[in-house]
Amino acid sequence: MASRRIKSLLVLCLSLFTLAYSGNTFANEKAVHADTNVIAHDTSHQTADTNLAAAHEANPAGHEAKEFNVTETILEHIKDDHSWHLWGHTSVSLPVILYTPKGIEVFSSAKFMNEHHEPIVYKGNFDYKIIEGKVKIVDATEAIDETATKALWDFSITKNVASLLVSVFIILVVILTAAGAYKKTGVTSAPKGVQSFMEPIVLFVRDELAIPNIGKKKYAKFMPFLLTVFFLILTNNFLGLIPVFPGGANVSGNIAFTMMLAVCVFIVVNLSANKNYWQHIFWMPGMHWSMKLFLAPIELIGVFTKPISLMIRLFANITAGHILVLSLICIIFIFKTVYASAIAVPFAVFIGMIELLVAFLQAYIFTMLTAMYIGMANEEHHHDHKDEAHH
Amino acid sequence: MFILEINPLVLPDIGLVFWNAIAFLVLLFVLGKFAWKPMLKAIAERENGIEEALLRADKMKAEIAAMQNENEALLAKAREERAGLLKDAKETADKMVADAKDKAKHEYERIISDAQLAITQQKNAALTEVKNQVGNLVVEVAEKVLRKELSNKAEQESYIKQIAEGVKLN
Repeated sequence: MASRRIKSLLVLCLSLFTLAYSGNTFANEKAVHADTNVIAHDTSHQTADTNLAAAHEANPAGHEAKEFNVTETILEHIKDDHSWHLWGHTSVSLPVILYTPKGIEVFSSAKFMNEHHEPIVYKGNFDYKIIEGKVKIVDATEAIDETATKALWDFSITKNVASLLVSVFIILVVILTAAGAYKKTGVTSAPKGVQSFMEPIVLFVRDELAIPNIGKKKYAKFMPFLLTVFFLILTNNFLGLIPVFPGGANVSGNIAFTMMLAVCVFIVVNLSANKNYWQHIFWMPGMHWSMKLFLAPIELIGVFTKPISLMIRLFANITAGHILVLSLICIIFIFKTVYASAIAVPFAVFIGMIELLVAFLQAYIFTMLTAMYIGMANEEHHHDHKDEAHH
Repeated sequence: MFILEINPLVLPDIGLVFWNAIAFLVLLFVLGKFAWKPMLKAIAERENGIEEALLRADKMKAEIAAMQNENEALLAKAREERAGLLKDAKETADKMVADAKDKAKHEYERIISDAQLAITQQKNAALTEVKNQVGNLVVEVAEKVLRKELSNKAEQESYIKQIAEGVKLN
């Protein structure tokens, strides 16, 4: 188990390193671009990247003036959006749901675009405009009205929400089918079809994650939670790796998703925690009283850092993977030659393979650490000599 | 730098948090109720079933082995018993023969001894009779001799001679 954690740590370090490194590269490239602003769209016509083409076409008047900005392109792909881009000019408009002081408003995100795919103001209860991917309230001069925007709650079905719903649908169909098989064939026969695919994973979560970390006595209560967390992360990780619809969204690399999961873990861990756990946090047994006073705040911080580390780990890993693949593809546009794809594409494929591993690994690590935290919170009082060896 | 400042990547949107939470809770509830519980229960049941079946098989094996042992033991015992019975029968037969022989011998000896006794008795009785008769004869002869004692000596002697001739020991 330790070696696996070290491996994941390595992957994390590698991802973060490449992220930082690619950031530097973009900055340098930008400086170079400033003076050598050559005709970028010549090569972009040859390359098949529809997104880049879209970025160009969105500003048809400024062919020469528009410069290819790598950082912007990548962040655009990482971020959430109000429409789901399919190919070229085609994208799915998603419903915008706004909770404003004047009531709830629901309309299509297509209203934010005119027929030329240019962003425009939509006049509802307020004047709305999408600025940097977010719905803002603007005044007559199309400047952001900050005070009004603060009172605006955006509950829109964005790209990430839509992708999440797709993943929920997939999970429900697959797992309910698998579960139904148990009802139909009973428990006497060997698993078949979807059932035989799901059962090893379920058993893996049970035998490798839940039982070793929580213990045979108490694990059963937490199995539904752990399994749901595992499959939700796994499905979204895999969906995020699919570059086209219904994938392409970066759900599990979104801080909102990981934060929600981390909060759930926080709640489950601390609600299930027993007296022994709290005693170890606030009044460490077997210590001098001064040491106890010293340890209490540290342990208390630990209560919060555990879920926060879960949140950041998943977010950073998945986002870093996406950024890495996008950076490699962007090499083609940075060098402005199609021949760069000879290097970029194999590397992107290679990183994509690693991302497949990371997708599973991160789901595994998140679930394992969750199980571990639950196990720690539910540990029985049998620590006396073992604990002394620790400290 | 800019990552720490305003990077929208690390700013969670309330809408996303909201939908994520709903999606997760729905999944947790629906799967928990309709998938994980029955699934885990079924798996546990099957595992228990397999374990039980294996245990039962082991037990059966042990039982069969025990039965075989028992059978063998029974067979061995039966064989032993048969041998014992045969031995007993032979002994009994031998004993009967021996007894019969003994008895016959005893009887024979008894008959012989009886016969000898009877012969001895009869012989003694006959001897006694002979002795008595001889005694009587001696007395008679002595009587006759004594009666003729007073005649001449020659006559006496002839007489004795005559008597003596007349006495014939049988």
